[in-house]
Amino acid sequence: MAMEPILTPLVREPGSYTLDFYLQRLDGYQALRKALGMTPDQVIDAVKASGLRGRGGAGFPTGMKWQFVDKKSPKAKYICCNADESEPGTFKDHLLMERNPHLLIEGCAIGCHAIGSSVAYIYIRGEFLHVQHHLEAAIAEAYKAGYLGKNIFGTGFNCDVYMHRGAGAYEAGEETALIESLEGKRAQPRIKPPFPAVEGLYNCPTAVNNVETLCNVPSIVLKGAEWFAALGPEKNGGPKLFCVSGHVVKPGVFEASMHTTVKSLIYDYAGGIANGRQLKAVIPGGSSVPILLPDQIDVPASFDGLMKAGSLLGSAGMIVMDDTTCMVWVAQNLLHFYRHESCGKCTPCREGGDWLLKMLSKIERGEGQMRDIDLLLSVADNIAGKTLCAFGDAAATPVLTTIKQFRHEFEAHIREGRCTCPADWRAKEPVGAH
Amino acid sequence: MSFHPEIPYTTGQHRSERLLSPEGEPFAFTPEQRARFEELASHYPPERRKSAVIFALFMVQEQVGYVSRSGMRHVAAVIGCTPAEVEEVATYYAMFYKQPVGTFVIQVCRTLSCALKGAERVTEEIANALHIKPGETDTTGTFTLVEVECLGACDRAPVVMVNDGWHECQRPEDAVRLLDVVRARGEAGLSGCVHRVEK
Ligand SMILES: Cc1cc2nc3c(=O)[nH]c(=O)nc-3n(C[C@H](O)[C@H](O)[C@H](O)COP(=O)(O)O)c2cc1C
Ligand code: FES
Repeated sequence: MAMEPILTPLVREPGSYTLDFYLQRLDGYQALRKALGMTPDQVIDAVKASGLRGRGGAGFPTGMKWQFVDKKSPKAKYICCNADESEPGTFKDHLLMERNPHLLIEGCAIGCHAIGSSVAYIYIRGEFLHVQHHLEAAIAEAYKAGYLGKNIFGTGFNCDVYMHRGAGAYEAGEETALIESLEGKRAQPRIKPPFPAVEGLYNCPTAVNNVETLCNVPSIVLKGAEWFAALGPEKNGGPKLFCVSGHVVKPGVFEASMHTTVKSLIYDYAGGIANGRQLKAVIPGGSSVPILLPDQIDVPASFDGLMKAGSLLGSAGMIVMDDTTCMVWVAQNLLHFYRHESCGKCTPCREGGDWLLKMLSKIERGEGQMRDIDLLLSVADNIAGKTLCAFGDAAATPVLTTIKQFRHEFEAHIREGRCTCPADWRAKEPVGAH
Repeated sequence: MSFHPEIPYTTGQHRSERLLSPEGEPFAFTPEQRARFEELASHYPPERRKSAVIFALFMVQEQVGYVSRSGMRHVAAVIGCTPAEVEEVATYYAMFYKQPVGTFVIQVCRTLSCALKGAERVTEEIANALHIKPGETDTTGTFTLVEVECLGACDRAPVVMVNDGWHECQRPEDAVRLLDVVRARGEAGLSGCVHRVEK
């Protein structure tokens, strides 16, 4: 199901991030020119008709999100581009911003036109300093050439794009926490409603869109909604970037349609399991979604396909694990992440995450008791759905899904009083274990 | 921090807690830094200067090596907010050091994709070579070892950051050699990002 890349063509060519390259080798800023000849509503209608769904995790239709922005409000409107990319196993926005930053800038400008905004902030995670240099240089080039700034293409449309640097917080990827962080506060989520479309950044109507989402907009404007929708299964149109990492031969970012199966991504695109080993499990959408077993992966890697298979597409970060992987250790590793990244606002998540990690570490060390398994489930159950944002569900999922699929491994650890699957790629003395 | 009387919170500090940094030397931006800050602050509505607080704290850290209390007070004065508002930001975000660190901060990604490729062993090799535990600084003050969470380059695992420098595909067998390279050449010795085909 090979497809001509749309988001990542020529990304490996030298200088692909420069304006000259974007103008000469790609359709640089043609879509912005065309969009400014359309009314904002026509742009939103095109995006709606294309069926573009948000690539940040939730898969919400982007056209609808833009339509919800309260255009009649007398306040300023904002686009916040979510470039926080911190979901474990996800590294697609990194590639886009580093190798094709003008595509994102063009997408931001079109988004601003659509929702009646004149400012877009790109909230980029603090660790991506090397990416920030490219992005800043690209923004400066775009200003100089008149694709940003005042009176773009002589249409009277003004648009400023600014890069905003984060400083290390996964929760800053959650849309209301991102807004809080942009306002110069701790990245902690807000109570919804009001949704950002009504009261977002500086209490003004705001659309928060993922990098990859905005990068899809120029091609929709240029080539049409029908063309875009036809690239994938129904309601899952357009190109998609898949991130495959873990125990595969050729980890990387692969652009494909959402007809592509998880199996094909692992075995065809990523070259199969490394070192001649067998597949044990895959987390198909970043660390926050349920695990799939080898007999469940022959499904389309689409929003709907994976939901039908009992998991989620999430951020399309596929973490592949071979048969040397201990599933209690996987849960422990991920809960260390969630405990560390919990923003601390909601008690179930802040405290519960710590309890889960503590119990998992105990079982992994071989000091667990059988009743701990039900206790894990009960604590996880008291976090999921009981927090302000979806972080709580994300933190509970690794525990719920590993116990559901691999309960026998938890029991074996407890029965034998040791880790029953200690791989040689793990620390000899467990590090960071509490 | 725990609300449960019998289950204390696991380890040290959580980002949601308050933590006092050392006072440090008296701090003020240089005129150039101040101008850079004002340029960045102009990206936000005038009454929303506080949005630039993260930029300002990075500038403190660049100069002092960590975010000192005097640095935070200066940032508050420059922005026009209270020191407490600055402090809550500084303590929350993982990239701000709350106390002095070594010349090179070795940050090994420990999250799943990197761990599957041997990140735990990278940390272990480095910790053993430096005779320290993660979170500590070696006796010479050259290296601080930190475990960090997913850095967003999981296809090039294990990923290590040295200060702001990027280093990919660090095999456990070569982890100790990384220390020698950094000692000799600093961040210039790192792999950088493989996306960069121009090198
Ligand atoms: C805990 C948490 C972390 C998130 N992290 C990110 C992230 O790093 N990048 C991202 O694009 N979306 C992230 N999201 C999803 C955003 O909240 C939001 O749905 C997304 O930015 C919307 O953009 P989209 O409609 O283009 O997908 C996160 C959500 C949650 C609950
Ligand atoms: S897990 Fe290390 S970079 Fe993602």
